[in-house]
Amino acid sequence: MLSRTADHLYWMARYLERAETTGRLLSVGARNALLPDISGGYRNDWEAVLQAKGSLDLFQEKYGDANQRNIETFLFFDADNPASVLSCINAARENARVVRTALTSPVWDALNTAYQELRQFQRTERSKLSVNDLTDWTMRACHLVRGCISATQLRNDGYDFMGIGTSIERSDNTARLIDVKYYVLLPSVSYVGSGLDQSQWALLLQSMTAQRAFNWSYTGEITAAKITDLLILNRKFPRSLQSCVQWTCDHLDNIAENYSAATSAQEVAHQLLDELNRVTVDDIFDEGLHEFLARFMARNARLANTVHDAYLRGIPA
Amino acid sequence: MSVNEPAIFNEMMSGTDVRSPYRSLEQWHRSMPRELRSLKQSEAEALFRRVGITFAVYGEGGDPERLIPFDMFPRVLTAEEWRKMDRGIKQRAAALNAFLCDVYDRREIIRAGRIPEHLVTNNDAYEKAVVGFRPPRGVFSHIVGIDLVRTGPDQFYVLEDNCRTPSGVSYMLQNREIMMRMFPQLFLENRIRPVDGYAGALKKTLASVAPAKCMGEPNVVILTPGQFNSAYYEHSFLADLMGVELVEGQDLFVEGDFVWMKTTEGPKKVDVIYRRLDDAFIDPLCFRPDSMLGVPGLMNVYRSGGVTICSAPGAGVADDKAIYTYVPEMIRFYLGEEPILENVPTWQCARKDECKYVLEHLSELVVKEVHGSGGYGMLVGPKADKSTIEAFAAKIRDNPDNYIAQPTLALSACPTFVDEGIAPRHVDLRPYCLVGETIELVPGGLTRVALTEGSLVVNSSQGGGVKDTWVLAE
Repeated sequence: MLSRTADHLYWMARYLERAETTGRLLSVGARNALLPDISGGYRNDWEAVLQAKGSLDLFQEKYGDANQRNIETFLFFDADNPASVLSCINAARENARVVRTALTSPVWDALNTAYQELRQFQRTERSKLSVNDLTDWTMRACHLVRGCISATQLRNDGYDFMGIGTSIERSDNTARLIDVKYYVLLPSVSYVGSGLDQSQWALLLQSMTAQRAFNWSYTGEITAAKITDLLILNRKFPRSLQSCVQWTCDHLDNIAENYSAATSAQEVAHQLLDELNRVTVDDIFDEGLHEFLARFMARNARLANTVHDAYLRGIPA
Repeated sequence: MSVNEPAIFNEMMSGTDVRSPYRSLEQWHRSMPRELRSLKQSEAEALFRRVGITFAVYGEGGDPERLIPFDMFPRVLTAEEWRKMDRGIKQRAAALNAFLCDVYDRREIIRAGRIPEHLVTNNDAYEKAVVGFRPPRGVFSHIVGIDLVRTGPDQFYVLEDNCRTPSGVSYMLQNREIMMRMFPQLFLENRIRPVDGYAGALKKTLASVAPAKCMGEPNVVILTPGQFNSAYYEHSFLADLMGVELVEGQDLFVEGDFVWMKTTEGPKKVDVIYRRLDDAFIDPLCFRPDSMLGVPGLMNVYRSGGVTICSAPGAGVADDKAIYTYVPEMIRFYLGEEPILENVPTWQCARKDECKYVLEHLSELVVKEVHGSGGYGMLVGPKADKSTIEAFAAKIRDNPDNYIAQPTLALSACPTFVDEGIAPRHVDLRPYCLVGETIELVPGGLTRVALTEGSLVVNSSQGGGVKDTWVLAE
């Protein structure tokens, strides 16, 4: 497959996943704004949402006031915000458009329809669009595209590059979400377990559609250790770091088998997986959750670069 | 020539009678309720948008992804009409290729005095870089788009030849696809020859001109300028149908005697490049040094027989409007046959006496730039006011070699849906002839229609639309 094609497929998947994360954050933020003000008001929560996307500065520069309407605009419609749903769907669709020939028509159709519907939203009066409609739509659009990929794409290298894009982006997003909740909202470990953080932890679970998963996997009340286990180490939870890295490895192994040759990408990915398989919650807390996550994100980014050099640049290593 | 408007041939009607090939369509449109029609029309547009069949127009503001208006009323050609066109088009495609081989080699036709030398060698499209080079099977133009117009029941004229990279074939295929999806009944009632063999025939044609150095199954690719090109959709559509890679210049590189593409498994050799960009852009080392679209060193590999480029660099010399006048002569010279399809009578402003006539009759004529395309830079005499004509006359006097003139043809009209029902609108036709080991022609083509009442300009860049084109089985 052309390296450029693989690159577009990879980024299409990454942007799609990113759109979904922004949608999730918007949804959780909106829900949180409906809760009684117990932790400094919704304002802080919205700022936390922006912090999670690393876009608080951009927002404050452009809008100033963090009211709900502004945040909705910023996270959903704003083309200047590279992480807005609109920007991500546009970028995903633009990547897909260039490599139409590598996608099945249902996949293209789903993504192109999402793009057309988004343009419809832009022309619609804002008072007619509730934030719930927008976030539901985002989830649905992303699920539909991924569902079409899963149901119709040939299991060739293109499928694996899409899979790698999804899993690398998702593990990065999960790590970011945990990091914001833990590090920004609860800078001191002594807060953990206090009444204050319960709603924040619940929010974190909600942002990953993980409440039910949590209840099925663990008993008793929500604790930092259980959440850390679920979101980082639990092999059954589809957004955990372990799951994501496992998928990246699986896809890379498929490619190596397909091409009858492995590269440094497989090596780097398996090193990362080995570490996640060895580490315990206690180890993570000993290191410091934030430090662990920062180290993970750096290694995940290095993995992305290695994949890029090995396959997507088109010049053999 | 008379200044009176000649009678316009309506392809559906003969006097007050409906011509037989259109009978079922006439019934069909009459029995279609208005609401159904608008429903179907928006359904068609939604399909085009959903599939992404758009014509990209960047840099003009507005929506960069535009739809070419699709008219649901099909255009019909009978088996007999097609038989003549089929023979005439293949004959023309063969002669044009023979001409190209000749002018880059022994130049027999010039030495025989049949075509003036300066028209060939002073032509911008004459590629000195390929003089003496004979491409595989002696084919320069592998996809020849012949633009035809009709003025009467039996009168077809060739308006122009497109030997480089004629576009629009994706519309031929998609218009059919959409009509079959929306009106299956019509295809049961009429015996319409399919066009979907095009992609297979194109792939076979391209594979058949692989260089001699290619061992085994040739690796064919389509080279596109990229997603911002107006025809990008078509490039990707064709690549998809043929199951070949769609590459950009950045995906290819030259090493040793071959061209390679960058893949996830390392470099892979490329044998045949169906390029959808102009000569000037394909190799910055050989042509425009500022081109970012091409592949440095490509021409060296080409000339040493490491890769085939389709259409071959230099093919454009056969399709400019000054050479056009001589195509009937080429047919006689190379094939020893009489032309089956006629040219539109053409005056060459390069010739003094003809230029004089043109300047005296500007209000009756259509004047075109020799290298122009897309309906730009032309004068439609009968539709122009006095000052426009005078301004154009000055341009012709300034550079007569740059212009040719033709009578305003009474282009045939086809029934076309308008607000009030149907009305005749002028049409042309572009079939796509494939030249490789054999010469192939899919029964059909792209019918372009001037949607504005009375307009003769069918170009999509100027408000033209498209129709499904039926060739009926015997």
